[in-house]
Amino acid sequence: MKRAYMDHAAATPVRPEVLAAMQPFFAERFGNPSAVYDLGSEIKAVMEEQRGKVARLIGARDNEIIFTSSGAEANNLAIKGMALATFLKRGKHLIVSGIEHHSVLNSARFLEKFFDFEVTFLPVDRYGRVDPERLKKALTPATVMVSIGHGSNEIGTLQDIPELVAVCRAAGIPFHTDAVATVGQVPVDVTELGVDLLTISGPALGAPKGIGALYFRNKLRLVPQLNGGIQESGRRGGTENIPGIVGLGTAAELAGQELDEKAVYLAKLRDRLVAGVQENIPKVFFTGHPEKRLPGHASFCFEGIEGEALIFLLSSQGIYANTGSACASKALKTSPVLGAIGIKPEVAQGSMVFTLSRDNREDEVRHVLEHLPPAVERLRSFSPVWRKKMAEAAGA
Amino acid sequence: MKFLDGCKADATADLVYRACPMHLLEPMDLIKDLEPGQVLEILTDYDGALEDIPAWCAKHGQEFMGISEDACGDCYKLYIKKICEEKS
Repeated sequence: MKRAYMDHAAATPVRPEVLAAMQPFFAERFGNPSAVYDLGSEIKAVMEEQRGKVARLIGARDNEIIFTSSGAEANNLAIKGMALATFLKRGKHLIVSGIEHHSVLNSARFLEKFFDFEVTFLPVDRYGRVDPERLKKALTPATVMVSIGHGSNEIGTLQDIPELVAVCRAAGIPFHTDAVATVGQVPVDVTELGVDLLTISGPALGAPKGIGALYFRNKLRLVPQLNGGIQESGRRGGTENIPGIVGLGTAAELAGQELDEKAVYLAKLRDRLVAGVQENIPKVFFTGHPEKRLPGHASFCFEGIEGEALIFLLSSQGIYANTGSACASKALKTSPVLGAIGIKPEVAQGSMVFTLSRDNREDEVRHVLEHLPPAVERLRSFSPVWRKKMAEAAGA
Repeated sequence: MKFLDGCKADATADLVYRACPMHLLEPMDLIKDLEPGQVLEILTDYDGALEDIPAWCAKHGQEFMGISEDACGDCYKLYIKKICEEKS
């Protein structure tokens, strides 16, 4: 059966070049980078070389990168680490947008519950964008930091980060962005964005699961969230995951080389998919911003169906997509992100997200366009809500 | 221990919230880049540094100048004057 895997925001295969680069670091070159003898110092040198590759991808200095176990851990370290390092001087107020990843939202809620922080969850417009004026009004003298994601994995929208940073910088408030969805997809430069902290995930770049990184601007202080020793210059305990770090460094280097070409290729594939859906399926909403969006991201809501049912029908044809974020999808809950952009719950239930990679081909898009319209039609034919809606429309 | 006021430094190691023994490792690295007579400032919230840093200076032939309090009160400031080159 033909296969079209289009759920790369949930999981991406490790690139062969990345796997090959990692291979020696499991058994042959196994030393601990903190060890003082040569088996350790050689590994430390390899680790620092990878740190440089990650730094170069985002225009940072080498010593501004902390390796973590995931994007989620990097978000935890950024938010809890920064908030706890500064609350004695500034206060206990934190701002995040309402459409952040759970690792951002729940880090903020953790501070609210256990440390009496006040958290402002900023609303977004119908495209999922934060209004800088609204952000400005939400700032208080007690605000310790602001965290707003660069791109949404669920609706594909890109935020205008420099505009939001400018508001915070004028008030001297540090700004964190979760860039898991954007690094390797669109140009990301920490100086151009102006951010103080930025989250990276390895798997999103074709590195294995279990590796991520946090960029933090020099001079910032962070309270470690994993207490340990001298690893990551005393900012994140635990012996470093060297194979994962080599994977991330290699993937970052490749991402930097391929970025422009990849973005053009993905946008072309995405536009074909979107145009095909538009031509062949009635009553479909396109979610997220029409232009300011991730190049390989197409997201829809099909009226009158349940996204989960559509996933099962499509997977029987070898087509793999998602209803939203992988974790929210499994909980069978209506997406809070779609709620935040004003999609009605009955429409939000028909959410479907396609996230493409450089491995996808045009014939896979054709395969989706061959099977998606009949699958939607079939599900609608079973749906009493849809039949009632159609009858009402015919009567009117 | 000598308390200093308004001591000027040529380099600073900010080790606040960073795990032990970073309060020894990073200054050891940074002092290599200084010239004899220059001063390194160490910011730390680790109480053990008050014993460890003077002891390290005595062992390595560097001068421990003294300590001052940070205006915000969230860390100690310790000052070392470089006297001799560190062995690498």
